[in-house]
Amino acid sequence: MTQLQQFNYTIRLADDALILGQRLSEWCGHGPILEEDIALSNIALDYVGQATNLYKHASQLDTQKRDEDVLALTRMEQEYNNMLMLELPNGDYAATIMRQYYYSSFYLLFLDKLKTSNDSFLSGFAEKSIKELRYHVQHASDWVKRMGDGTEESHNRIQEAANQLWPYVGEMFGMDALESELANAGYAVDRALLVDEWKKQCTVLFDEATLTMPTEAWHHKGGREGRHTEHMGFLLAEMQFMQRAYPGAKW
Amino acid sequence: MVSSDHIWSILAEVSDPEIPVLNVVEMGIVREVLISDAGVEVTITPTYSGCPAMKTIETDIAEVLEEYGIPNYTISTVLSPAWTTDWMTDEAREKLRMEGIAPPQKGSADKGLLMGRLRDVKCPRCGSTETRMISQFGSTACKSLYQCASCAEPFDYFKCI
Repeated sequence: MTQLQQFNYTIRLADDALILGQRLSEWCGHGPILEEDIALSNIALDYVGQATNLYKHASQLDTQKRDEDVLALTRMEQEYNNMLMLELPNGDYAATIMRQYYYSSFYLLFLDKLKTSNDSFLSGFAEKSIKELRYHVQHASDWVKRMGDGTEESHNRIQEAANQLWPYVGEMFGMDALESELANAGYAVDRALLVDEWKKQCTVLFDEATLTMPTEAWHHKGGREGRHTEHMGFLLAEMQFMQRAYPGAKW
Repeated sequence: MVSSDHIWSILAEVSDPEIPVLNVVEMGIVREVLISDAGVEVTITPTYSGCPAMKTIETDIAEVLEEYGIPNYTISTVLSPAWTTDWMTDEAREKLRMEGIAPPQKGSADKGLLMGRLRDVKCPRCGSTETRMISQFGSTACKSLYQCASCAEPFDYFKCI
């Protein structure tokens, strides 16, 4: 296990958190009701905070010693390694909530395993973030039930969101050489092992929400290799604008 | 050489920017004070990963240490062990209640949360347990929004983590 591998792995986790945090923050001021506006802004803040912790750590592993802002805000599109589902536009509230459920229920399982990493930073990071994720999963689950078992309109929208996002789900459990090697070394998590438990939980929730589990194949992937959807460039343009226009600007 | 008790008492003058009624020691944000020949080393931990108050807290701590003429100090942040509401002192809980914020209940391992069970939260104004959660997320990441059915007052509840 090399320091470069550790750096690359930390960047993957950081990019997931940052890109989802950026997407969720777009709801700030646009939530369907005030309480939800506040909820999503708080959840976005948790993810951006987690990303900050990860980029700070990555900075220490970086041979070029780039600081966390440089890593977060000045890399090129192909250098981001987040999962594709997290960069998709928010869509309607049902789509945002369904992504929150799919991802946060996976991420909570993931962190629970990362807690036992032999790296003290990663285990400490997981222990901290789990406390936040419990609230995220609870929030998303409540809304999936409420919409699924709500009106015909809300049911159709959340079912449609579940179907549309489903092809992206596979990336959460896809492993490659880097992550497999680090998982074998006790540093990273073997995400492929989480799929059964995740599906089980998802099935229970969908039953309660009167939703149908999609059956389509999981065919979208590429984020871990830096191959993104057409939406990523627009997201980065907005997120990176300040640091590109005023390099090194401090808040 | 300064004593660590002295430093702790200085740090107790720094209030939490988002909950000014509490100071950073009562909140459990200050984890450790180490005194060595090199100077004073203060360790702090965030309540939530994205807590926007951390930068201000760090600056405020630096300011108060300088005010008291502590020349050599470092302030570092740790994530582990993760902050828990259990670290809040009884005195701090009472201060929260007086301020109209329902204090966190003891026992942070909130397994019931995942099962969808909610705890009985007492209204900080009238003491009634006839309360309901309006939103899991409130004015800051660490609070939920509740309303009391007995006195009809809405209030913040400091979430257990």
